[in-house]
Amino acid sequence: MFLVKHAEKLVDNIFLLEVEAPRVAKVCQPGEFLIIRLDEKGERIPLTIADYNRETGTVTIVVQVIGASTLRMEALKTGDYIKDVVGPLGNPSELIKMDLEDLKKKNILFVAGGLGAAPVYPQVKWLHEHGIDADVIVGTKTKDTLIFEKEMAAVAGNLYVTTDDGSYGRNGLVTKVIEELVEKEGKHYDYCIAIGPMIMMKFACLTTKKYDIPTIVSLNPLMVDGTGMCGACRVVVGDEVKFACVDGPEFDGHLVDFDQALKRQQMYKTQEGRQKLKIIEGTTHKAHDGRGCDAREEK
Amino acid sequence: MALKLKRVPVQEQDPKVRATNFDEVCLGYTEEEAVEEAKRCLNCKKPQCVGQCPVHIDIPGFIQHVKNKEFKEAFDVISLYSALPAVCGRVCPQESQCEEVCVLANKGDAVSIGKLERFVADWARENGVVPEKPMVTKKQKVAVIGAGPSGLTCAGDLAKMGYEVKIFEALHEAGGVLVYGIPEFRLPKDRVVAKEVENVERLGVEIEKDVVVGKSVTIDALMAEEGFDAVFIGSGAGLPKFMGIPGEQASGVFSANEYLTRNNLMKAFKNYDTPIYRGQKVAVVGGGNVAMDAARTALRLGAETHIVYRRSEKELPARVEEVHHAKEEGIHFHLLNNPVEILVDDDNWVKGLRVIKMALGEPDESGRRRPVPIEGSEYDIPVDAVIMSLGTSPNPLIPATTEGLDMTKWRCVVADEETGATSKPGVFAGGDAVSGAATVILAMGAGKKAAKGIDAYLSQK
Repeated sequence: MFLVKHAEKLVDNIFLLEVEAPRVAKVCQPGEFLIIRLDEKGERIPLTIADYNRETGTVTIVVQVIGASTLRMEALKTGDYIKDVVGPLGNPSELIKMDLEDLKKKNILFVAGGLGAAPVYPQVKWLHEHGIDADVIVGTKTKDTLIFEKEMAAVAGNLYVTTDDGSYGRNGLVTKVIEELVEKEGKHYDYCIAIGPMIMMKFACLTTKKYDIPTIVSLNPLMVDGTGMCGACRVVVGDEVKFACVDGPEFDGHLVDFDQALKRQQMYKTQEGRQKLKIIEGTTHKAHDGRGCDAREEK
Repeated sequence: MALKLKRVPVQEQDPKVRATNFDEVCLGYTEEEAVEEAKRCLNCKKPQCVGQCPVHIDIPGFIQHVKNKEFKEAFDVISLYSALPAVCGRVCPQESQCEEVCVLANKGDAVSIGKLERFVADWARENGVVPEKPMVTKKQKVAVIGAGPSGLTCAGDLAKMGYEVKIFEALHEAGGVLVYGIPEFRLPKDRVVAKEVENVERLGVEIEKDVVVGKSVTIDALMAEEGFDAVFIGSGAGLPKFMGIPGEQASGVFSANEYLTRNNLMKAFKNYDTPIYRGQKVAVVGGGNVAMDAARTALRLGAETHIVYRRSEKELPARVEEVHHAKEEGIHFHLLNNPVEILVDDDNWVKGLRVIKMALGEPDESGRRRPVPIEGSEYDIPVDAVIMSLGTSPNPLIPATTEGLDMTKWRCVVADEETGATSKPGVFAGGDAVSGAATVILAMGAGKKAAKGIDAYLSQK
């Protein structure tokens, strides 16, 4: 059992958990993820580590309510316990493997979309602690869905917040901000790290490709065990099949086949939504026949 | 007394009924049936069966006790050799091991050794007979990586010798392939696997779950910082293989590992949170035990199920019993058929499997006749899910993070056949991590040998 040291609702449907997981906290690096399983019936959910504290032995994750497990998880309070936390999994960010002196001469741009601000944060923070201030674009739907603004501002060089509806910060999608920075504001970037919804990463990569900025993305595909056993997380990167859990989660964004990845990600959407509905609506909910139906196991 | 050439048949769930549930197929012997079957054993002076058992159980020894209705004594005999008898009695390929060389097999049926082992283990569990914690204690500590068949066996044997043993398990449950791979209808999880794991813990073995050695902690750190004097790697097989044919990345294409893990470990069939795709018509590619398990799982989840295998029935690597059960349950076999493409609809979902008919040519290096495609014989099987069951390749996590560990060109750990010793001092290995994907009992045999190897190594230290 793993103790929840701190639970906090960030915005609607998104919450933060700081969990005591000494083994993970001791060795994890920016870019790596962990898997969390709330309780006996819970799914194994892969989440990129948003922060860690080696002294207190805690790791921070940011969770979005998507299915039944995350919905139940939202009710966690400080002092509650989580059944399983395992990690770190995957490989550390490419950046921290590079030569530091070399890196200091480079201009680095992070592009975070929505929940992506959480996994981007430890990388920006790591660079900041090593004397490198990176530019960060954080894009979100509207003012009320913005997360990690204060934290990010403390470690970023320039922080550009943008909202789809213009209710806060700049107006428009992250791709528009990349274009503005490069074309109108004379910025030059040597590397870009884009993390967020698959569709956002796809378009961020199309944009950075225009400017020849090498771009790394962090994929969060379907996953079960997270240790290389199930192959659910396979993605096509430059004509090669890769397992995001052991080969990734970061890949060259200009080589990822996003269209296929987007379609694979939809595989269990119907079922996840239905399970979540079951909890919200209780016994009043009846499953309908159809793809991915679980009508056979009605109790 | 005349020889009884026919074995006592074992009760099974009716195929039509069991095709719709996940309860165990084989119901096992009753006391009377077990005693009756035990009487068939000739108690050979030089029993061949013992030599064919990877863990060398004194088979005639325990069977004589069954004959005399001394079931606890029978369990004590088996426990000297095996920590997982209820598992082995269910999933060992006895027909190609102990039972294959039974002298009775020359004239009739071999003694039903597997079913008798299962009976004894089940009797012990139901009657609260458990192994006792050993009296001896040694100061040295051994870390075992992986709570699967090889790790549990190695840990159990070392604990019996008095060592302090801790198993590190990557998943949230102990058992390895026994919990994620083999389905409930062949091997009940709570009733059988969990109980045998508990028995290993009763010997004094500690199990820490949710630790991925190679990521959460390295082997070097276990030895340098956590005080372990030796390490056994029993991390199992790893990454599922795919065919590399068009359409394989489509939605609705699963590895057997993924499909079985969702259902067995994550209990998708029991209405747990983890989803599983219940196809209307499912194709399983492959002919091993894992393919049979995947097909019979898909069937139970409501799909019309087809097995596609490129060789003929004779070459099917699965156990005869599993193939027989699969056929009884109504699974369709497309033998001498090989997939060439997965057909995909506009949403990137599987809509069919294009296969080509094969003929058997000359024997290949495995001694089996090599299947060769018959030109122009392609046809389509309409399906909405495809499960690839083509075996696995070793997991890279431990070799990538362990200095000085020699690997074969197939990326398996190099270990001494007799002692399990690797190229790294104090580090031993066994099971699928060394051999590549094999059986539960072979992994247990390797775990057993490594326990002896570790004991010899630590005794000299």
